[in-house]
Amino acid sequence: MSIDKNTVKHISKLARISLDEKKTASLSKDLTSIMKFIEKLNKLNTEKTKPLTSIIDASLKTRKDEIKDGKIRDQILKNSPEKNEEFFVVPKVIE
Amino acid sequence: MNERKFDYFINGEKDKWEVIIGLEVHAQVSSKSKLFSSSSTQFGAKPNTQVSLVDSAFPGMLPVINQFCIEQSIKTGLGLKAKINLNSVFDRKNYFYADLPQGYQISQYQNPIVGEGEVVLDMPYGTKRVGIERLHLEQDAGKSIHDMDPENSFVDLNRSGVALMEIVSKPDLRSPEEVNSYVKKLRSIMRYIGTCDGNMQEGSLRADVNVSVRKVGDKKFGTRCEIKNVNSIRFMEMAIAFEAKRQVELLESGKKIDQETRLYDTKKNTTRSMRSKEDAHDYRYFPDPDLLPLNLDKSLIDKLKKELPELPDQKKERFIKEHNLSPYEANILVSEKEISEYYEKVIKESDKKLATNWIIVELFAVLNKKNLPISESPISAKNLSSLIKMISSGKISGKIAKVVFEKMQNGDRDPNQIVEKEGLIQQSDPKELEQIILDVLSKNQDKVTQYKSGKVKLFGYFVGEAMKISKGKANPKLVNDILKTKLK
Amino acid sequence: MSKISELSLTKIVNGIKKKEFTSLEVTNEFIENSKKSRKLNSYITECFDEATKSAKNFDQKKDFKGLLSGIPIAVKDLFCTKNVKTTAGSKILHNFIPTYESTVTNNLWSQGAFLLGKLNCDEFAMGSSNETSFFGNVSNPYGKELVPGGSSGGSASALAAELTPATIGTDTGGSIRQPASFTGTVGLKPTYGRCSRWGIVAFASSLDQAGPMTKNVEDCALLLQAMSGYDYKDSTSIDTKVDNYSSNLTEKVKGLKIGIPKEYRVENMPKEIDDLWKSGIDYLKDAGAIIKNISLPHTIYALPAYYIVAPAEASSNLARYDGVKYGHRAKGKNLNEMYENTRSEGFGDEVKRRILIGTYVLSSGYYDAYYLKAQKVRQLIKSDFDKSFNDVDAILTPSTPSSAFKIGDKSDDPVSMYLNDIFTVPINLSGLPAISVPAGHDKNNLPLGLQLIGRPFDEQTILNLSLAIEKRANFNRNFKNWWS
Repeated sequence: MSIDKNTVKHISKLARISLDEKKTASLSKDLTSIMKFIEKLNKLNTEKTKPLTSIIDASLKTRKDEIKDGKIRDQILKNSPEKNEEFFVVPKVIE
Repeated sequence: MNERKFDYFINGEKDKWEVIIGLEVHAQVSSKSKLFSSSSTQFGAKPNTQVSLVDSAFPGMLPVINQFCIEQSIKTGLGLKAKINLNSVFDRKNYFYADLPQGYQISQYQNPIVGEGEVVLDMPYGTKRVGIERLHLEQDAGKSIHDMDPENSFVDLNRSGVALMEIVSKPDLRSPEEVNSYVKKLRSIMRYIGTCDGNMQEGSLRADVNVSVRKVGDKKFGTRCEIKNVNSIRFMEMAIAFEAKRQVELLESGKKIDQETRLYDTKKNTTRSMRSKEDAHDYRYFPDPDLLPLNLDKSLIDKLKKELPELPDQKKERFIKEHNLSPYEANILVSEKEISEYYEKVIKESDKKLATNWIIVELFAVLNKKNLPISESPISAKNLSSLIKMISSGKISGKIAKVVFEKMQNGDRDPNQIVEKEGLIQQSDPKELEQIILDVLSKNQDKVTQYKSGKVKLFGYFVGEAMKISKGKANPKLVNDILKTKLK
Repeated sequence: MSKISELSLTKIVNGIKKKEFTSLEVTNEFIENSKKSRKLNSYITECFDEATKSAKNFDQKKDFKGLLSGIPIAVKDLFCTKNVKTTAGSKILHNFIPTYESTVTNNLWSQGAFLLGKLNCDEFAMGSSNETSFFGNVSNPYGKELVPGGSSGGSASALAAELTPATIGTDTGGSIRQPASFTGTVGLKPTYGRCSRWGIVAFASSLDQAGPMTKNVEDCALLLQAMSGYDYKDSTSIDTKVDNYSSNLTEKVKGLKIGIPKEYRVENMPKEIDDLWKSGIDYLKDAGAIIKNISLPHTIYALPAYYIVAPAEASSNLARYDGVKYGHRAKGKNLNEMYENTRSEGFGDEVKRRILIGTYVLSSGYYDAYYLKAQKVRQLIKSDFDKSFNDVDAILTPSTPSSAFKIGDKSDDPVSMYLNDIFTVPINLSGLPAISVPAGHDKNNLPLGLQLIGRPFDEQTILNLSLAIEKRANFNRNFKNWWS
């Protein structure tokens, strides 16, 4: 399966990564070669195989319904590039 | 009794159309902490004070699931008579938005915790069964505030990670009225079980409404549009009405319906398109590798089943049988768990029929006027019961009881005390009443003569006069009986 | 080079306990070595002042109860360290200072160790040569122009050059074992779930594991013991007892059955690698082990499966790097533009490649053909191993298909870089423990490692077998110091 430039543009939109024309072209090449490599799997018949659902043979551990976290607003906002005392600040969304 | 037939159709210029509606209800789980983190879920806290490192998706943070939220969703599933899936999987739903710090929402895609079930509605035209497709657990998102700054939006992650139950109905609903009934029933069931408080103003319950139309008689479903995030029943009804009409108009003019997501504008009462096709999300679901599959033991399901309270449908059947209520009355009295509890408290020591009437008519009028839930009723069940006992024993008349009822509202006063203090005890001594009646008749000889010669309406006049003299305290039935004998 | 830093971790721990030298003396030496070795570019962040303080503090308190009492340790910059910058080798986190400590590093500090610095690595652990780091390439002590391997390249380089007595890295497709092989050191990837992932910058959640990187096997056992343990904050962490790897370490491996998988003898396998493998077999035979030929028929499908699963999980794990909560933020007229510019500026080329491949294989219409298929292949690979472990106790293979290559040699073709992981990747897909132990040299005198693969949670057996190899291989790190 070759990954053409339009496909690269589409997936880069999904992944929220902007690319210029040059990058798009080189990624098209790289991704096509990677997909060729991946497609070796097509040689293997896996119709009757069940997919791996978890590496670990254990059950999901659960926790009690207790409030043990939060009230750390300063910590939460500390690393944000744009914030005010109470909120994260982001450019407006267009809806 | 079925008073009317189902009659919600859109009469287009050319054809008669029916509306097909499916609902995806998002119900916040009543739990102290969030689904995958230990932050509080309480409503109304200061921004970003109920946020942990996990909720805000810092590098290296991992989810740990809340056992209680699992149990709450199982209980809800049982309340919906649904199949509980012993094996389910949590998947990541990937998309970007300011209120989604991880860049994905942990949800359930192909293997939800609850499968098919059913909700039964009592409509004026008969019983309506609404199929439930599934219920799954997922994280709620945070909140973006767009109107505090012209260039920026502000993000509050308090709600990010709160447990939601998404309840998906089959496309079985056919009118705004049915949607109203369905949402209220769902809400009631969850409130009964205690799994969601159903408080729509606080955002505990909201729905995405899927609407399509088809000509009456057609078997195929039309293209549907999804109206996202409607947070009141009234808006749901209005949005459906608008959207159905919009679709009919489009189709009758030869155009096609674009399958899309729309928003309901509450001010204009219209729906508008939210996203163009190109921006349509590709959620790229895959099982969350930070979590193992959820494998439940049947013994847990059995245990939770035993813990369920009596549900509205069961209670309704029991009320009809045990308390001799009509389906209409039973419906009202079981619509909220608190109402049914109030009722059963009142009838412990007082007459059922009177209790039914006083609650449904008199008490509800007060509650509606003052906009109070029954849990904040100005009159307690105990005191209402006392009032009804006094009516039954003849201590006061029904009319006087209404006066006492008014006075009781001022601080939930004991009706016995009111009656004593204000001398409102009904006059039921036959000798006294006989005296009053003879007095009335003697003062109105001419009217007595007119009555005896055929003017039977004057009977009411004599009763009225007797009541006046007794200041309303005369026992009306006795007055009637004695008057009858005296007028022979 | 001065004496203390030439000693093994174990000997330094004992030396401090026996008061042969102080923690401050130890720390000062490693700081000296590190300062002189900046040409290697092993460090991203140096914590020398704080380490000196910690050492002084330790010498005052003299608490010898921990397994690593008084030891300065530099760690891969993928572990979140409280109040110390943690970058994951990326521009997008170049200024990120965590307010929390990862469980694994916390375990080390609980055992008496303290932080010496944060070591360079491939960006977000994606790479096999430490050439994708935003903070520049790392050199192999064996040669300026040589890669140290990756993604734990800075760790391996610093360890081999004796800038830190030991270190910890992470391994998703071979990122501990391959650099260990390239630098003549020991590197172990524990069983999936043995060590907590909480606080480690995530790459591929179902494959990532933290592990020890040390100068010899004895040190490896000690460090593994200090790192391991159940963590309720990590739902994939396993609640099983941590063995006393250190005190149970023995070279008595007589009677253990060792599997030699024929599928690992790949096409065009360099003769030196094959010879090394044969030496390994001989060493173990000499130690009394029984050699058996086994088959792991789905081996050739491991790399393609890995390059579906790992990028897919990474594409989702890296979605949180959006400029809103932490890290780099670019300008944008609206939210989407801000996201796109931030991530375009913040991520390097290899990370972009993997995010895009990952996004593609999960996208609408392709999930069944790729991701689901890869998970089925993964089941087959794991079953191959499970079956084999009915007949053998451990499996012996080479660690890498070559010795350390030159910087720039493979950076033009992503796929040729991926082929480095051919022997290591199947182990991550199956969640098994594996260790690389230096066992020989190629004709250019560059180190080569042998890999031992064990049953789940049987790190002890592969440690013991590695010790047996180590004692017989007589491997010496014999490079000249060209950098200080």
